[in-house]
Amino acid sequence: MTTTVPGPGRSPTRDRPAPPRRRPLTLRRRESRAGLALVAPTLLVTIAVIGIPIVWTVVLAFQRVRLATLRKTGLFGEFTMDNIDRVLHTPGFAETLWVTLIYSIGGTVGSILLGLVAALVVRRPFRGRTLVRASMLLPYVAPVVAVTFVWQVMLDPQLGIVNAWGQRLLGWDTPVPFLTQESTALATVIVFEAWRYFPFAFLFLLARLQAVPGELEEAARVDGATPTQRFRHILLPQLLPVIALLGVLRFIMTFNKFDDVYLLTGGAAGTEVVSVRVYEFLTARTDIGAAAAQAVVLAVVLIVFVLIYLRFFGRRVG
Amino acid sequence: MDRDMVETVSLRWLRRLVIAVFLLITVFPFYYMLVLSVRPIERLLLDPGALVVGFGELTVATYAEVLKATDDGGQGFLTFIRNSGMVAVAATVLTLLVAIPGAYAVARLRFFGRRQVDFLFLAVYLFPSIVIAIPLFVVFTRAGLRGSLFGLVLVYISQTLPVSVYMLKNYFETIPVSLEESAAIDGAGRLGIIRRVSLPLAMPSIMAVALYDFMIAWNEFLFALLFLVDKPDRWTVSLGLSLLADGVEVPKTVLMAGSVVLTLPIVILFFASERLLTEGLTSGAEKG
Repeated sequence: MTTTVPGPGRSPTRDRPAPPRRRPLTLRRRESRAGLALVAPTLLVTIAVIGIPIVWTVVLAFQRVRLATLRKTGLFGEFTMDNIDRVLHTPGFAETLWVTLIYSIGGTVGSILLGLVAALVVRRPFRGRTLVRASMLLPYVAPVVAVTFVWQVMLDPQLGIVNAWGQRLLGWDTPVPFLTQESTALATVIVFEAWRYFPFAFLFLLARLQAVPGELEEAARVDGATPTQRFRHILLPQLLPVIALLGVLRFIMTFNKFDDVYLLTGGAAGTEVVSVRVYEFLTARTDIGAAAAQAVVLAVVLIVFVLIYLRFFGRRVG
Repeated sequence: MDRDMVETVSLRWLRRLVIAVFLLITVFPFYYMLVLSVRPIERLLLDPGALVVGFGELTVATYAEVLKATDDGGQGFLTFIRNSGMVAVAATVLTLLVAIPGAYAVARLRFFGRRQVDFLFLAVYLFPSIVIAIPLFVVFTRAGLRGSLFGLVLVYISQTLPVSVYMLKNYFETIPVSLEESAAIDGAGRLGIIRRVSLPLAMPSIMAVALYDFMIAWNEFLFALLFLVDKPDRWTVSLGLSLLADGVEVPKTVLMAGSVVLTLPIVILFFASERLLTEGLTSGAEKG
């Protein structure tokens, strides 16, 4: 971080025309050097704690590594396709992938829809709006361990409030074990996902809604457009790019999600998603090679989905 | 009545209803958590549907059990709170130390590979953490960092850094370049400009990022689970609470008391800085 003193009058502008081909100016070079020096710590940490591990996971995926034999395995030991093969042919692989996909799509769509409705209702000022807006962010900022526990207790067949009221008011014959029976577990987890992450969509959509110029809607109103028509033809088109972006962000994040499912069901009752499976391989079976292979499969599938999505929506919205 | 009237009136009522429903679904679980944490377990089993705590049954024994040290027959959450606090503060401070210069450079300075660096952070942010977890698990096992809070801080920095750089970068870009230029004309060097002009102007955003980082680190669960599980005296609150549920029969009311202990600091921080956070998180989002 030395040599960073630009001469007087030196502008720190960033949108300057590209430097000419001839020898670069010293000041320009100084700026470049300062930039690299300032960004170096960030880069180093990122590469050390994220970049190298990613590459290493790929290496591990092609090695025979178990926790017990860890000390004996070198970084570039024997390479083998065993792990990938084993992962692809272990029973339940296809099902896990399918569950992850349903979970991700359900969670994404649910959270965006909820977030959209929430953004639309708190758009205009009313008394207590700040408080309502803050409350709506609670599920997102609260610790995942705490909120999953509350849901577990609320949905508990014996002492949960949902079953207590369901039996009292809705006339359910028997308590519903929402999180432990196959028919409801995945749906419940998806509802949880939508509940916990709608604030994320809500924030982005609200910010975009407030940037829509008031004259647009005013003009439509003068032309006799009803509220639903104004939403359909004025607001929605304005929101679509944000919705598309949220779609891809939420899909990626949900696809990678571990905590929520692990804490709610532990992956039981047909809710095993890929990351929970990786964790099982890693800790319960202490099969690092298989865990890495599974993780690589997860990343590859994710990248494929995102590319398909971008091709599909990149054209329609862009 | 024409369609416009019908829609306007019915939507007005629908809107109030929807706001009420949203308030209910977002606040109720936390209220329920609080109510359960101060009820004796026997009362809960008798009447699981109750929503208020009778004065006679109010108890804080659950909190006593959660907070007391394990030697005194409690669950030792005070130690966990200290661990979580230390880890979260250390991760936040270190992240900011690294992220502020990095974000400034990406926002303001032209250097070789700037665009790639910018993209790298986004890609890294979206990469599955379980993929990163495996080799870190291996390395930490080998280096003896498993079970150390320092190792955890290191991992948390990697979790908070990309998003911090991204948010700070967006903010630095909104600061008018002319302010920095005039400082340069007055003879300030690059570091002087950053320290005297950019940093003070970016303070609100830095605070928002700091709070956000703190929340991520305080709430984190997966890495704590992977790295600390064998060392009960190093557990964070999240980990301690989740393992409390696995252990020998612990009443649900005690679990809820633990949940309140875990959630309260975050909720207080959040409500104290709500405006700062909501604006900090989406600044730059409008560009889309």
